[in-house]
Amino acid sequence: MPSQRPKAVRRGLRVNAEGFALEANRGRSCEVSDLKYVGKGVSRSDGVDKVSGVARYTHDLIVPGMLHAAVVTSPHASARIVRIKTDAAAAVPGVRAILTGDGLCYRLGLYMQDKCILAREVVRYQGEAVVAVAADTVDVARAACRLIDVEYETIDATLDPRDAMQSGAHLVHPDLGLYEHMQGVFFPKPGTNIAHHQKIRKGAFDAAFRAADVALTASFYNPPVQHVPLETHAAIAQVLPGDRVEIWTSSQSPYTVRHLMSAAFGLPHANIRVHVPYVGGGFGGKAGLGLEPLAYVLSRAAGGRPVKVVATREEEFNTLASRQGLHSTIEIGCTSGGKIEALKSTYIWDAGAYADYGVNIGRAAAYSGAGPYEIANCWIDSFVVYTNKVFGTAYRGFGHLEVLWGVERAMDMVARKLEMDPAAFRRLNLLKEGDTTITGEPFTSGHGSPIGCLDAAAQAIDWETPSEKPAEPHKIRGKGIAMLHKAPAMPTYTSCAVVIKLDEDGAADILVSGVDYGQGTYTVLRQIAAEELKIPIEHAHVTWECDTAFSPYDWQTVASRFAYMGGNAVIEAAADCLRQIREVAAQALEASPEEIVCEDAAAFVRGKPETGIPYRELALGYTFPNGNSIGGPVIGHGRFIATGLTHLDQETGQGLPAQYWTYGAHAVEVEVDTETGEIEILKIATAIDAGKVLNPKLVVGQVVGGVIQGLGSALWEGFRFDENGRFLNPSFVDYKIPTAKDLPLEMEQIFLENPQPGGPYGARGVAEHPMISVPSAIGNALFDALGIEFTTLPLSYETILLKTLEAHAEKE
Amino acid sequence: MHTISFRVNGELQTVSVPATATVLELLRERLHLTGTKEGCGIGECGACTILLDGAPVTACLVLAVEIDGASIETIEGETEDGQLSGLQQAFIDAGAIQCGFCTPGMIMSARGLLRKNPDPSDEEIREAIAGNLCRCTGYESILSAVRLASERRKGDSS
Repeated sequence: MPSQRPKAVRRGLRVNAEGFALEANRGRSCEVSDLKYVGKGVSRSDGVDKVSGVARYTHDLIVPGMLHAAVVTSPHASARIVRIKTDAAAAVPGVRAILTGDGLCYRLGLYMQDKCILAREVVRYQGEAVVAVAADTVDVARAACRLIDVEYETIDATLDPRDAMQSGAHLVHPDLGLYEHMQGVFFPKPGTNIAHHQKIRKGAFDAAFRAADVALTASFYNPPVQHVPLETHAAIAQVLPGDRVEIWTSSQSPYTVRHLMSAAFGLPHANIRVHVPYVGGGFGGKAGLGLEPLAYVLSRAAGGRPVKVVATREEEFNTLASRQGLHSTIEIGCTSGGKIEALKSTYIWDAGAYADYGVNIGRAAAYSGAGPYEIANCWIDSFVVYTNKVFGTAYRGFGHLEVLWGVERAMDMVARKLEMDPAAFRRLNLLKEGDTTITGEPFTSGHGSPIGCLDAAAQAIDWETPSEKPAEPHKIRGKGIAMLHKAPAMPTYTSCAVVIKLDEDGAADILVSGVDYGQGTYTVLRQIAAEELKIPIEHAHVTWECDTAFSPYDWQTVASRFAYMGGNAVIEAAADCLRQIREVAAQALEASPEEIVCEDAAAFVRGKPETGIPYRELALGYTFPNGNSIGGPVIGHGRFIATGLTHLDQETGQGLPAQYWTYGAHAVEVEVDTETGEIEILKIATAIDAGKVLNPKLVVGQVVGGVIQGLGSALWEGFRFDENGRFLNPSFVDYKIPTAKDLPLEMEQIFLENPQPGGPYGARGVAEHPMISVPSAIGNALFDALGIEFTTLPLSYETILLKTLEAHAEKE
Repeated sequence: MHTISFRVNGELQTVSVPATATVLELLRERLHLTGTKEGCGIGECGACTILLDGAPVTACLVLAVEIDGASIETIEGETEDGQLSGLQQAFIDAGAIQCGFCTPGMIMSARGLLRKNPDPSDEEIREAIAGNLCRCTGYESILSAVRLASERRKGDSS
């Protein structure tokens, strides 16, 4: 009964004692109690703009003279374009440009250049953009689109990636061998639909599996799902004289947009200026390139008038990228004592029609593809396979929710075969100091504590005590637990820079081009800057709009690495500012720079705070009483680049792919109504080893938001296609995401703080992680309640009811 | 074209609109009140929620000609003389904002609720914002924000 819902409980932080020793942090020793701002629940700095409606998003922008675009999309999953008639559309008053794929001979993409701006010669999925119109208003553009006649000749389609891998399958990209891609990292197989094959080989799987006392083989499936940012993709481009272009875009990656536009169109980087204002959610879907190339070519065709392209909600589902589907088969061999000796996984990713980003998901999820366990003999094949469906891209968790759906369900299945408690079985096999990961990386105390996360989550739902039997006879309860882990999936050379410039009043302006599209990173960077510069937090500002003309480089805002890398760069930039301040203050105070101490926004000679010169008298240079001046405007610069990472060996997958790992666990208790299949989440507890909580208020927000997004993947979300590859549910009526009425009765967030060597204040990334393994924990709890093995997501009420009825029928 | 007169955040407006224009288009494209967001355009996400004569509606589903003589409130009217309302401040204090795109609609739904029910139960809050989708926060902090605004108001008036 809804009215019986207790208040959601938030215990907030529960921090383990070890977290307070920070000796690992870049040689500095600072006690948590010394910190003024880092670790405090500072409110978001963008809050005022967002609650008052003045925050401007790309959706809201108007550039003078701006045209609006609309597209014609393909009704077929696979067809040859025979002819396109645009005469009637061109005659509509207010139509300024019409483009088809003919003449747009560009190949776009981040890791694999396989995408077109508009379909050329063939369409590869239902929903693919085929013709684009720019007109005075969006209504005129849409009306013109309705007058465009595209004649198609349907051809073979390949819809199931398992079939697409077979020889003789229809090739989605016959020219795969010609496509540019990142060499030495991705391994496409020309003449097939395989865009990338990632191998992981450690030890001798076959022999170890044969020798195992207990063995399990199980298969699993995740459907494609959508990110559902509330602001759909939007971009405005204005082509300017002299081969220049100015772009405003709802993007996670201003510099990557600039670089990929440069690569595609042969423009010097400086001729492309990318602005990113407030962004209404991304979750990975706005990484890489989006609608910017289309806006650019339309502006060019319209004589340089700015063109705005905004995806409709249906296009966001059906034309733009989604999360890839996944078919998994997992084999596990154990000793009778419960030690995993061998694990083999085959991951077949449903990349859809393009894999420009998907190839990296197939790679990253493979090196995480055995879960956070010590496995001596491991064999993983991860295939990223083209099909004639809407294409995949990065989505929060980057393949990890998908592979861990299988791995963490399989761990429970094996534990049961062994007649072991699933938590005890995991505890025995989780990575510990001295173990090595499946790519050969030594596991150290600096990695944090997977076992600590497991124990904390288990304790939070009173794991040892079986669920109570509810009073209603048709209801039943169960508990489940699942582990999660993830490292940033990024190129070995990923880098970012920060510039801090001091204002006349001594306040700090922090310039970055990582994008805060809701995570709260800018607020955390302000906290770090205030802490390091010794200024009040109110004096630390992040300029919100990113602009590649002014904001220093950052690769992309993805992979839960912005607070880590950007935080380190802020520390370095602040140190640069302080060095400049000390030099000038030393001259002013007739001391050496080493003797100058900075505190409370002033510089003074050690032990003599009364000599202090406020920053405001140093920020632009110092002026002596006689008028002589020294120094100059203080501008600090800091940077960070990933260090020590290697490409993975093509044949064995051995190497160092991860700057750091973040581990965690979810524990849930569910109640199932066996008459309707409805399930209620009674409690979900999440434990994550954050290294150091930089802002408890924001990190709790990340975890709650991530868990509820994970609940969507667990219970409701999944694309449906008909037998011809037509997408059946591209709307919020047919594709449900969680609402305020779908919350668990109780949620608890627990943070461990085992510091990350090299992390800012010992912190590691946590943004994607809460979403991962939510489905696995619920699937495990459903087995505990019903004794039914669920292997396919989503765990819809309908599926639960049908499986329950089936199980009853079998019993009788 | 149809000439209509209505009040937006207390200010009288008289405009000519085609019969097909929605209130959302009128607000965003004619009056440049872009605080009201479009998340789907077909009444499924709640991002464009405004108050029409005090009641929450999705502006994308109301035709402009229907508001002739009516009074509407948008997020821009929630701030008075540059001061945030208690409800807006509660959203900040409770950490109820991430990307912020659902926030204006969410606040207008909550405003509609609090006006007719200043002391809502959790269930009533959940019901009032059930039509407002948020992909970032997981809603819990939003429920806290509305509760906080209600409690602070009680505190003020007692």
